[in-house]
Amino acid sequence: MPEPLLEVRALDAFYGDFQALFGVSLRVAAGEVVAVIGANGAGKSTLLKCIAGVISSRHDAIVFDGESIGEAPAYAVVARGIALVPEGRRLFSSLSVEENLLIGGQLRRPGPWTLPRIYELFPALAARRHQPSTSLSGGEQQMVAIGRALMSNPKLLLCDEISLGLAPIVVREIYARLPSIVAEGSSLVIVEQDVVQALKAANQVYCLQEGRVALAGAAATLTRETISAAYFGA
Amino acid sequence: MEWINIVIQGVLIGGLYAMFAAGLALIFGVMRLVNIAHGDLIVLAAYIALMTTDTLGINPLLAIVVVVPIMAVIGYGLQRALLNRTLGDDVLPPLLVTFGLSVIIQNALLEFFTADSRRLRAGAIEVASFPLAEGVWIGVLPLLQFVVAVAVIGALQLLFYRTAFGRAFRATSDDQSVAQLMGLDNRHVFALAMALSLAVIAVAGVFIAIRTNFDPAIGPARLIFGFEAVIIGGLGSMWGTLAGGIILGVAQAIGAQINPGWQLLAGHFAFLLILALRPEGLFPKVKG
Repeated sequence: MPEPLLEVRALDAFYGDFQALFGVSLRVAAGEVVAVIGANGAGKSTLLKCIAGVISSRHDAIVFDGESIGEAPAYAVVARGIALVPEGRRLFSSLSVEENLLIGGQLRRPGPWTLPRIYELFPALAARRHQPSTSLSGGEQQMVAIGRALMSNPKLLLCDEISLGLAPIVVREIYARLPSIVAEGSSLVIVEQDVVQALKAANQVYCLQEGRVALAGAAATLTRETISAAYFGA
Repeated sequence: MEWINIVIQGVLIGGLYAMFAAGLALIFGVMRLVNIAHGDLIVLAAYIALMTTDTLGINPLLAIVVVVPIMAVIGYGLQRALLNRTLGDDVLPPLLVTFGLSVIIQNALLEFFTADSRRLRAGAIEVASFPLAEGVWIGVLPLLQFVVAVAVIGALQLLFYRTAFGRAFRATSDDQSVAQLMGLDNRHVFALAMALSLAVIAVAGVFIAIRTNFDPAIGPARLIFGFEAVIIGGLGSMWGTLAGGIILGVAQAIGAQINPGWQLLAGHFAFLLILALRPEGLFPKVKG
């Protein structure tokens, strides 16, 4: 088996005294799309926050590109090539659409993604580039959030609930763009509550339940019944 | 004619207040830190200007190019070594620490420079003036100070809204944790903001030192003027702080004309009036 791009090894995570993750392990190979599914509060977002360095973890619990980055702060993790699209989009409200994208690229990591390429990926944004980011629809804001993360030319893109609060047609539109992102060389980890959407997009699926991995496998091999059992508990 | 003169004097001094305010607004905007030591840092800049002119024998106005980088370095170091450690969810620690810093700076200045009133001598420019119209005279130094203030405010506005540097400040101000996801180390961003803030008040400190007598105890009053100008102007734009400074300056000048004892009182009244009628200031920050 080749060395994976990202390996999470027996990760524990805490909010104060509350333990959110218990020995979670996960692998992402280069060019792969991994979906992390699970009910509310299963620890999906916490897992992404640990990988992105928002929450500090044990040094060797997260290995990226052959290096341990568990203790690295978020600003150093993004410099290594992991970008997070945070839950709820969290655009910078006093920055315009284009400024949001530019600040995503402020580290100037070399790679395929530039402003024109982002506007090519999400044509709806080009016309609105100088508008305040708050004036956009939810779907457009989500596109800005994804574009902002891509501007750092990540090797690994983490997407936290990108379908949250969006109309199904908009969700389909955004998911339809993911293959072009993978084609440019980024691996993806998508956290989703929308299981059908996640299964369609992913190669590998991990199902979290109360902070533990309840099920892991290739998306094509998992049946509805096994997923249902892992999702809700037996 | 007399009143036109007074309003003009008020406008010109307002430029100085705007520089106090811009430094305060900048760091409050970026990191929600209320710097109680702000006024004392202005006085510190005045003393550094005094030492510079004494040792190098240069014109005080030229000393600006020395004082500005010194204050910027002090600002960066102060933020990295001390103030960053006080920032968090609680607003009280930075208030207490900067209050303590204010006391320390005042007493250190007292120890080194004594309580004597000092003043920088800039030569003939101090008393030079020219007629604008029949009976309306403008002092060259106040005018220069105002022009410099407008240039500083304009430069800050450009920096904030037209450069990558300013984008980083605004992003950090909007959402610290997401800014880190963009690769911004907020400890460094905050330190740059403090460096910029002290660079601005370094300019103000030199002009104060030329225009009026100063001693180690005058800092807190400058802090109040800065606060009032920020609140009158609002946090939405650097031009707002300029407007705030000018309104405060004009109010003080008019008050002083009516009765010399009313100078400060009139300024405070103008501030209270704005606070009561328009608490978000004249140029409020647009909420996202």
